[in-house]
Amino acid sequence: MTRSSIRMQTLTATDPRRRALLAGGAVYAGFLLAGAPAFALNVDQARNLIDRAIGEVNATINSGKSEAAMLNDFEGIFTRYADVPTIARSALGPAARSASSAQMAAFTEAFRGYIARKYGRRFREFIGGQIEVTGAQPLKSYFEVSSVAKLRGQAPFDLRWHVSDRSGRQMFFNIIIEGVNMLAAERTEIGSMLDRRRGDLNALIADLKSI
Amino acid sequence: MLFCRRLTHFRRVAPILGLGLLAACAAPPPVADNDPYESSNRRTHAFNQALDTNLIRPLARGVEPVTNGPVGSVINNVAGNLSMPSAILNKTLQGKFEDAVHNTWRFALNTTLGIGGLFDPASAMGLTERDADFGGTLHAWGAGEGAFLMLPVLGPSTERDALGKVVDAVIDPVGVALHSPQSGYARGIKVVSKLGDRARFGGTVDSIMHESADSYAQTRLLYLQNRRFELGQEVGDDAFIDPYANPYGD
Repeated sequence: MTRSSIRMQTLTATDPRRRALLAGGAVYAGFLLAGAPAFALNVDQARNLIDRAIGEVNATINSGKSEAAMLNDFEGIFTRYADVPTIARSALGPAARSASSAQMAAFTEAFRGYIARKYGRRFREFIGGQIEVTGAQPLKSYFEVSSVAKLRGQAPFDLRWHVSDRSGRQMFFNIIIEGVNMLAAERTEIGSMLDRRRGDLNALIADLKSI
Repeated sequence: MLFCRRLTHFRRVAPILGLGLLAACAAPPPVADNDPYESSNRRTHAFNQALDTNLIRPLARGVEPVTNGPVGSVINNVAGNLSMPSAILNKTLQGKFEDAVHNTWRFALNTTLGIGGLFDPASAMGLTERDADFGGTLHAWGAGEGAFLMLPVLGPSTERDALGKVVDAVIDPVGVALHSPQSGYARGIKVVSKLGDRARFGGTVDSIMHESADSYAQTRLLYLQNRRFELGQEVGDDAFIDPYANPYGD
């Protein structure tokens, strides 16, 4: 008999060590159960998602297409890789609480086009450049994927993507461009737009479509 | 913490110099909405918008054929090289000696091989610019950013960074070394280089300055977030929005 098996035998039902082991096991099992959804998205998957998104962005900015065609491509990329409903709700902020579900659906659609056009135009300025993923790490309750945009005749700049799977699918929900946070900027911008329309969400939805 | 001890002494005379913003040794975390001068800042911003519409944007578009071409890159190179001595000085004052040495090599290479800074062989060798200014030096010494300020012509800043600009203008080694008319040429080159930037980033500048629903609020947010990022400052919780934990952000 080996030494460990001797020790095993001595662990009777009332032995405190046995209880500690059982308790430890229960906690461990609990960890696995509770932890499973939270860690379903790992750092490699987050990196892979942004790798694919960036691959499509690079293909678009070097495609030589017209501006309208490029903006259309960007809207497609945004729809496939970004959690648009979550971004839209966060950008609308507290006003989203009192909006009806029909209004939220209409706002989300209008916002999708608005954000794709706005950021598509910025990405279009990267024409001839290349974006590369440089790293990925867990951050708070999500993942941050770092990338660098290399543009002709300019210092490279820092582009970070915040990725989560809490919508049920792996999606990015924020882009940080040289420290400037898209969600924060859009919360300010959409808030100002709503103020200008005296809180009229329907007017905002209508106007977003033409911006 | 040598700078800390120096600073405690400095802090005693700081109020006399009007440097009330030098509050602690480690720079305090930025305050989200520190904008007590908002109403006058907004007036200055309106002035800057009008100035951009009526003068800067048309000028930038006028010189774009030049700044966009090879002459433009020469102008950019010279302007960048002229800013190097000041960056070296500030990196040294910040105790970032590796960056200071890096910038010194860059300046030496571009001034010699690059024929007085007309060309930029240093970047091709991986010695890209590591910018620094006295606002960043004040940050390294423990100064908080102070209130947000909108400066006429120069645009968004903070109390700390505006003071930094004044000090930079005085201590710039190039400014000390050059006399009229060379100093005038140097200034002219920097202005043309800035106009080139205005043209190159035209779409971005227009979208923030002229198309935004509240362009003052956007400018302030963009400037502060970008500046804090540049200085490697601890970002406040507002920068890490988690829309899943807090869907309405309130």
